[in-house]
Amino acid sequence: MSVSVIPESVLPIDAVNDENFARVYGEILTKLPEDLYIPPDALAVFLDDFEGPLDLLLYLIRKQNLDILNIPVAEITRQYITYIELMQVLNIDLAAEYLLMAALLAEIKSRLLLPKPAVSSDEEEDPRAELIRRLQEYERFKKAAEDIAELPQEGRDVFEAHAEPPVRDLLPSQPFFGDFALLLDAMRDVMKRTALQQSHVIGREGLSLEQRLQEIIVRLRLGETIIFHDLFPASEGRLGVVVTFMAILELLKQKMIELLQDNFFAPIYVRQYLEVAE
Amino acid sequence: MKLSRQLVKNIIEGAVFASPMPLGLEEIAVLFDDDEKLSRKELQSLIKELQTEYALRALELVEVASGYRFQVRAQFSPWISKMWPEKPPRLSRALLETLAIIAYRQPVTRAEIEAIRGVVVSTQIIKALFDRDWIVVVGHREVPGRPALLATTRLFLDSFSLKSLSELPPLAAIRDLESISREMENTTVEQQKI
Repeated sequence: MSVSVIPESVLPIDAVNDENFARVYGEILTKLPEDLYIPPDALAVFLDDFEGPLDLLLYLIRKQNLDILNIPVAEITRQYITYIELMQVLNIDLAAEYLLMAALLAEIKSRLLLPKPAVSSDEEEDPRAELIRRLQEYERFKKAAEDIAELPQEGRDVFEAHAEPPVRDLLPSQPFFGDFALLLDAMRDVMKRTALQQSHVIGREGLSLEQRLQEIIVRLRLGETIIFHDLFPASEGRLGVVVTFMAILELLKQKMIELLQDNFFAPIYVRQYLEVAE
Repeated sequence: MKLSRQLVKNIIEGAVFASPMPLGLEEIAVLFDDDEKLSRKELQSLIKELQTEYALRALELVEVASGYRFQVRAQFSPWISKMWPEKPPRLSRALLETLAIIAYRQPVTRAEIEAIRGVVVSTQIIKALFDRDWIVVVGHREVPGRPALLATTRLFLDSFSLKSLSELPPLAAIRDLESISREMENTTVEQQKI
């Protein structure tokens, strides 16, 4: 489905990005004929202006001067479905949200169409009441958000003013005199307290790169040649392999060792680096 | 030794300026030794005097949630803000609406915010509010999933020049259906006149 096949009557009639401007503009547009031409790229802009289904519903209600108490559910549902299709075309995630809203509207409509049992008709709540309540609730917070945005904001409207405090003497003017033994006592107290607060950490046995470097060097020092695979102790697992491999790379870089291989897939040998000059 | 009113005022002025954060009345009070002690009332009246003395200056001494601070009056922001080439990021409508719901309905869960706004509250918005230290998790609702309960912070109040939550602009009253329909009729009449 392409944008061009959407019935013109449900094309968004508002192509202006600026929210405030759009609202003013909207008033004028309501009086314009519905077959007003809007370029297809205006759709994306229009959708940007809408945050969610309730938003859109409010917008439509206002735009079309719909009586909030007498929402023509079928008309809105039809328009909603068109929007959903649009959004699927445009790959917008919100499609699901709008679908929910459309379903709600459809439910309201079908409840209205169904014949009501004569007895319970008095007690049954107007199905539109819930929708109206939600719209109102949202409208309250929409207004509250606008009010909050109007408040003087630190860093935007008002700027905190500071002055440098007087320069403080960082070093005490008098050297410290005291009983050294008391100081030691205080120290001992602190140590005792830290001992009490000691927490138990279960640590894994450290595999240090340094240590592995040393081990490899020691093994190779006597001019011995080792098979590459034998440098990796299976017991150390993945971490051991990584540390050993890094150690080998490091030693290669430092020209402490060299690797030898006679053929492809032949065993690799590791030995101490021999100076070419020798 | 009782300090002169002028001296106390100067000390308050200096302290508020020197403090990196808004300075509370208690924090001002402890600056004075026992023999210089001033009552809360006295301090408040001196602060009031100080505020009056600044009437003609670009700065004002205001009270926000965390205490007193000096700030450049809002009327000068068109000029002052030019010192920073980058404007502070505009708060999106989605963020402001989320913030408003948390501020007025706190503590609330994300699901409750979503129920009012009708759309999913994006993680970025919540994160942005946390990053600004405007909201905190104050607990968890004891329902399945134990969702976090969100509330606003003192810094939020400071940032919007509010002393307390009661200073938030009043939330519009829920109107009953009759008043809405009356209003709708009125607007229709007005529009017809135009």
